[in-house]
Amino acid sequence: MGFFERLKSGIAKTKQNLIQKVENVFQQKRIDESSADEIEEILISADFGAQSATEIVELLKEKIRAGEIKTLDNLKAFLRQEMSRMLGHSQPIVFFGERPFVILTVGVNGAGKTTTIGKLASRFVSEGYSVLIGAADTFRAAAIEQLETWAKRAGADIIMHKSGSDPAAVAYDTVEAAKHRGIDVVIIDTAGRLQTKTPLMEELKKIHRVIKKSFNDAPQEILLVLDATTGQNAISQARLFNDAVGITGIALTKLDGTAKGGIVFAIKRELGIPVRLIGIGEGIDDLKDFNPEEFVKALFD
Amino acid sequence: MFDSLSEKLESIFNKLKSRGFLKEEDVDVALKEIRLALLEADVNYKVVKEFIEQVRQRAIGKEVLESLSPGQQVIKIVHDTLCETLGGQSSRIQLAANPPTVIMMTGLQGSGKTTTSAKLARIFRKEGRRPLLVAADLQRPAAIDQLITLGKQLDIPVFSNKDTKDPVFLSTEALKQAKIDGRDIVIIDTAGRLHIDEDLMNQLQRIKDSVKPHEVLLVADAMTGQDAVNMAKTFNERIGIDGIILTKMDGDARGGAALSIRHVTGKPIKYIGVGEKIDALEQFYPDRIATRILGMGDVLTLIEKAQQSFDAKEAEKLQKKLIEEEFTFEDLRDQLKKIRSMGTIESLLSMIPGMNKAIKDVKVDEKEFVKIEAIINSMTKQERANPNILNGSRRRRIAMGSGTSVADINRLMKQYLEMKKMLKMFKGGKKGFRLPKDFSFFQ
Repeated sequence: MGFFERLKSGIAKTKQNLIQKVENVFQQKRIDESSADEIEEILISADFGAQSATEIVELLKEKIRAGEIKTLDNLKAFLRQEMSRMLGHSQPIVFFGERPFVILTVGVNGAGKTTTIGKLASRFVSEGYSVLIGAADTFRAAAIEQLETWAKRAGADIIMHKSGSDPAAVAYDTVEAAKHRGIDVVIIDTAGRLQTKTPLMEELKKIHRVIKKSFNDAPQEILLVLDATTGQNAISQARLFNDAVGITGIALTKLDGTAKGGIVFAIKRELGIPVRLIGIGEGIDDLKDFNPEEFVKALFD
Repeated sequence: MFDSLSEKLESIFNKLKSRGFLKEEDVDVALKEIRLALLEADVNYKVVKEFIEQVRQRAIGKEVLESLSPGQQVIKIVHDTLCETLGGQSSRIQLAANPPTVIMMTGLQGSGKTTTSAKLARIFRKEGRRPLLVAADLQRPAAIDQLITLGKQLDIPVFSNKDTKDPVFLSTEALKQAKIDGRDIVIIDTAGRLHIDEDLMNQLQRIKDSVKPHEVLLVADAMTGQDAVNMAKTFNERIGIDGIILTKMDGDARGGAALSIRHVTGKPIKYIGVGEKIDALEQFYPDRIATRILGMGDVLTLIEKAQQSFDAKEAEKLQKKLIEEEFTFEDLRDQLKKIRSMGTIESLLSMIPGMNKAIKDVKVDEKEFVKIEAIINSMTKQERANPNILNGSRRRRIAMGSGTSVADINRLMKQYLEMKKMLKMFKGGKKGFRLPKDFSFFQ
């Protein structure tokens, strides 16, 4: 199964929910301004967020009034165009500058950080890069063991301290070790934390500072791992993590299970932070670069 | 939790309150805003629709009390409807007539099943029962280790078997073991699974058929969006759930999922997870949460928390001390420890009515409390009992020992003296203050 097929099957639920609903609603009906309200409902039910939905719907109403949208095909074309516009272009992780390229992963509890790191490490290793993982989630019980299992599967090295030790020290040691060993990519796991917990966010800032102390260019990528089933709180997560350490990209996990995906649009709209990766399955290679064009295309085809 | 929704409704109602009386168009404006607020709070749009319709009918209908202002009337109607949607009464886990009571934990990946299993076991043990935890998540790497570690922390046994890949077999074995060991509660932690994953849902069904649990609990993340409805519905239809535990309620998620899940399954929310610490699981009280949504604070929960941490006898002892003005640094340290054991100061403050708004931008520095404890710990017994002997050189020594400065110690001394002065007034001296019967430091 090629990537495009996999993406299609992964987000089949989104498609079913979104596009087919649109089709069902309008198969027999004339398209007028009241149709726009129904579209709003459909978008909101897909976690687009009230504001993003309203924005699209206002535009839609204008077009309907102007007589530009008359048929179901017009409507689909409009939604496709708008969604593509909102998401912008594909922005995957690109390595740059001096080695090591350090990726710091952050996120709330249960978002899927450790699993994402496992998949990401596996991908970089298979692409021929040397990868070193830093097990800086020293809080959650057995988080280190979980990461160790993933590191083994991926064929990556791992730096770990004892459970309960200082996460910043782990991060520092990992970057130091990577410098000495001439490692290409460093991925640092951190404990899940709710974005509103001030002391934990301070801890995260410290980890960030300490990484810089070892290597001033690092971390080149700060990846927020987001659960796609999350509703509008995802925006608060993105905002507060961004305030704390400056997010450069988002990994959207569990996109295969949810019937939604609209949060992708809301985040892009509210914060302009690009979605870099999406998790569309449980397999080790089910983490893909996010491609907005293909994502929208898969919704409609 | 629910902070943002509370704020939203508050601002709407403030607008209403400022008008003399409520017109029909005002109701509609309010309802429009409530609809938006609920949608932004991730309440499912279908649930919102029905909720709004209910409120509208009531607002226009007869349920209008003369003693209330129009704004208060809408608040009351919204509050009552919220309470009803959330489930009216609080509901507990039913224990089986013939132990062991078997509880099966289910839910999506990352919703918090393993942590919640341990928290639940702790609550049962606290009630004097003998729980057994069962590590039946054979999917996620190190899930077994995680539960074993948590079990060790709590000193509660964990049944596990790393050699099998069959959770059905493991669960049946665990049940046998529980009966042999005389365990009266068995909590089975299953692997996280997507509700659309047929194979794993079938497996869950087989576990259920083989152990016949008395309670199947769905563990759901409070931050879940619109999809909460589909997830909860599928779990309920495929497996049949008896109750819900809502996790991560300590964040700023507006928690609309609570309304949605409750509405579509009709099953009670039994507990809420409110923190990472092993004791951060609370009973769910629909009326309190509804009150909280309306920005009235959750005073009841706060009081209950305080009562739990303050042993009655100790309180009496303390009260006596207070009256006799013997309140020492030793006592202050004990009090601080207890307050901190109730949760973060921020989470405590947010439960006090009106505080939600007030402390929004205030950051309570937990470190301050650590500092105070460190200072007190660095004192000798004699110094703690009789702070008046703290001269310059003693203060310097304490500062060195606790890693603070003399200024910190002076500040603490000043606070301590002020506290004592306050207590003196309570004692009923010149000003005639009288100490209430149930007085404690916390008040």
